[in-house]
Formats: sequence, structure tokens, C-alpha cells
Amino acid sequence: MTADQVRDWIRRFADEIAEHRMELVRLDTAIGDGDHGTNMDRGMKKAVEKLDGTDGGDIGGDLKTVGMALVSSVGGAAGPLYGTLFLQMGTAAAGKDELDLDGWTAAVEAGVKGVQSRGKAEPGDKTMLDALFPAVDALKEGGELGEALDRSAAAAEEGMKATIPLEARKGRASYLGPRSIGHQDPGATSSSMLLRVAAETLK
Amino acid sequence: MSVKTMKKLINAPDAVVREALEGMEAAHGDLIKVNYDPAYIVRADAPVQGKVGIISGGGSGHEPMHGGFVGRGMLDAACPGEVFTSPTPDQMLEATKAVNGGAGVLHIVKNYTGDVLNFEMAADLAKGEGIDVEAVVTNDDVAVQDSLYTAGRRGVGITVIAEKICGAAAENGKPLAEVAEICRRVNGQGRTMGMALTACITPGSGEPSFDLPDDEMEIGIGIHGEPGRYREPLGSAHQVVERLATAIVEDLPYESGDNVLAFVNGMGGTPLIELYVVYNELNKFLSERGITITRHLIGDYITSLEMAGCSITLLKLDDELTGLWDAPVLTPALRWGA
Repeated sequence: MTADQVRDWIRRFADEIAEHRMELVRLDTAIGDGDHGTNMDRGMKKAVEKLDGTDGGDIGGDLKTVGMALVSSVGGAAGPLYGTLFLQMGTAAAGKDELDLDGWTAAVEAGVKGVQSRGKAEPGDKTMLDALFPAVDALKEGGELGEALDRSAAAAEEGMKATIPLEARKGRASYLGPRSIGHQDPGATSSSMLLRVAAETLK
Repeated sequence: MSVKTMKKLINAPDAVVREALEGMEAAHGDLIKVNYDPAYIVRADAPVQGKVGIISGGGSGHEPMHGGFVGRGMLDAACPGEVFTSPTPDQMLEATKAVNGGAGVLHIVKNYTGDVLNFEMAADLAKGEGIDVEAVVTNDDVAVQDSLYTAGRRGVGITVIAEKICGAAAENGKPLAEVAEICRRVNGQGRTMGMALTACITPGSGEPSFDLPDDEMEIGIGIHGEPGRYREPLGSAHQVVERLATAIVEDLPYESGDNVLAFVNGMGGTPLIELYVVYNELNKFLSERGITITRHLIGDYITSLEMAGCSITLLKLDDELTGLWDAPVLTPALRWGA
């Protein structure tokens, strides 16, 4: 994946979030405070604006720019969590102008580990990690980059759907206890979008 | 669903936070300064050299908390987020730098996932710049069952009292570790529970945060218009106090012979006359159990926009905490002895 393709991925994610903003708001209203779509849309627009103001070519630098933009504009829990994801990916991809499957996998894994240590969630807690963990596992199966990205997108989507029967143990949804069962997690939903547009970027 | 018009004294929903900050700066320029990008309120004479700096922050809509508590003897800075949305780490980092007088900075954080995560990032960034930072998370709301399987108890009324007491300790020259320890002690000896007669409407959504029929009340609410522990038919002030105070007293527990600070807080839409009725009931309730109110605070200090209702906070006092509570404070919303 080239530096230009990484930027393309970020722009596609911003478009995807904007298009599905109200769907994310609805999911979050059911079990959270209803601002996930609005906050992520504001943050990704800011991230694209910041990217447009820089030269590009350095994947690590671009991902850090995205991370800082999210951290400083999203607020709530999603700001630090998505911000950390991109900041850690950026650190893992520092100075690179292209990522092969190993490089991409290492970057995504570093990002996901960052999210886990920031949010202290475990798989099955009904969070974005329920989409991200299976995606990392799918990437590690190796093979050709495009195929691996397709596999990780499918795994993330499956993980997202698997949050529906779960009881939330983190974040504001956890105050609902059993009443959180039966709802798809909004964070897992936006994370699944992130991996799907990554696969689409290479097509 | 019938569409109700939002009746608020505002110009535009997305301008509320900034215009309120401008109003505070215009009114209280002798005590505070306001920075707008990123947004934080800082005491006019910051940084105070050699003194531990204390900052807090959270979503807007809880005024006077936290901006109204910036000033001598309380907070050095406050970071306001959007209404009911956590502020961001860049605000907290800049506020931390602005109040660092070389003795380190204490972050007082209410236990909400967003607030905690953003303050953690800010603390990491500040430490990276060589500033000594400690954070204390308040979690005094007995309405939430504390368990491994939830985000834990919410931080509510005790936060105001912790900010006052820690502010006094810092003003007295206590080092960072000691101010943080006092903050943990106040949080550990304090408990709160709230109730609502009405929901509230955020300017952004324009709709009530929950539906509450005219003849019912919500017991165990938080401060973001989230529903509470249970709902029941509207009762008298006597019944309400019994509900809230029983849950509080049994939780710590507070026992016969204890001296307490009693804080009766209005949620924003409750007249002071009703808060005094509540205080009178609370005083009787505690006296019957041998618990003595030796200090009190009554009024709107940690609100949920226009929500009607109240919260009760108790803090078990000792001589040191009493002395720190009595120490001079000079802020827009709380002032005595100065």
C-alpha cells in the first residue's frame, strides 16, 4: 500500500462516516449517549483537512496527523481511542512510503494494542475491539495483500455483528447492563467500516 | 411524536459554549482569564510559582462546575467540553502547562469513560513535556452499582467539594502527592445520590433526554440527563430525602457520632426554597441517626441544564478537612473569607 493509497483510505473512511453518520447516531442512542456519528464525522472532516494541508509521502507522519486531529476534535471516548489507533499505527509505520502485508499488519496490530491499553477492554466487552481483534488475526494468515485486506474486512464485519447478543462491560453502555443486549455496538460498527474501506482502497 | 419547540435563552445551539465563556470573561475578568483555542478558563494570576496547580474539566451544561470554581483557593484551570461531551487532551495539556508553577499539577477527573480517557492522554502528553502530573478520579454516585462489569460509579457532587478542599490544601503549600492523597480521601469519604422531577434538553438535540410522565420521578439520575436507577410515583420532599439519604448513609456507612458536610445541590431547574425544604428533611433524617451536620452547602453547583431535581452529597469530616473547607476561597461561584 503506497502513501497515496493510505491517504485515499483516510478520505474514504471520512466519506463512509459522513454517509453513515445517522446510522451511528441511532446505534449509539440505543445504548450510549447518541453522539458517536456526529463526533466521528466532525473528527474525520478535521483529519482530512489537516492531511490536505501537508505534503504527504510519509505514511507514519500522515497517520500521526490523523490521530492528533481526532484526539483534539472528537472528545468523548472515541477521540482518545481512535486517536490512539492512528497514532500507534503512525509510530509503527514511521518513515515508510509503502507498506507490504507485513508492514500493514504490524501497523494495524500496534494500533489495536494501543486501543486496548488505552480503553482496558477485552474481547467480548462489546466494544470496537470486537471488530478489530478478528481483523488482525485475519491479516496474520498472510498471503497476497488485497486478499488479506478482504479477509480482515470480512472478519471485522463478523465481529461487529457478533456484538449484538453481548452485554456491554465498558463505557456508558455498561450502565444498562442486560438492557444493552440485542444492540450492535456503534464503535465496532465504525471500526468495521474502517477495515472495509481499506480493502476497497486497493481495488 | 409531538414536536415541542426548544425554549432556551441562546442565539444558536453551536455557539452556546463559546458565548457563555465570553460572558464569564466579561463578568469575572478580575478573577479569571479565558483561552479560546483550545478552550480553558484559568485563574488570572496563573501560574502561581511553587504551588501545586489543580485542573478539572468535563462537558459543559453543569455550570457553575467547573469554570465557576476557578480562582484563589480552588481550581487553577477548568476545561469545558461541548455540552455533555468530554473536553479533549489538547485543552487539558495547554491548561496543565498554563498552571504549572513548578510543583506539579493535579487533575481531578469525574468517572466517565470519555473524561477519564481524555485526561489520561493529556497526563501522558504533559509528563512527556516534563510536568509532574497526578490524577484522581471521583466516583461517589451510589446509584450505580460498582462492579467489574460496568464503567464503575459516576463522579458527581463530591467533585465540587474535592475541588474546594484540594484548592485550599494547594494554597497552603502542600506538595502534589499530599494534595492528591487528600483528594482521594475526600472521594473515599463522600457519597452522592440524585433525583429528577424533569429531564433536560441539550441545545444540540433539542429533545428531552428521557420521557418522564408528570406524575413520576426518576431516582438515581446522573448529571447528563441519563435515566436513573428506578422510577416511581411522585413523592413528597420527605420521601425523596428518605430514598436518597438512606442509600447514601447505608453505603459508606455513615454512623452515629459522625460529623458531616451536607451538600444539597439543585440540578438547575429547582427553586432555592425547595432545596431548603430538602435540607430541613435531611437535617432531621441525619439527627435521628446521631449524625451531625457541621458544615453545609446549599444551591445550584453541579447542574444538568434546566433539569428539576436535586442531589444530596455527604462527606465525613475530620478536623483537617473541616479546616480546609473553611479556608478562604475566591471564585466566580464560591467565595468566602477572602
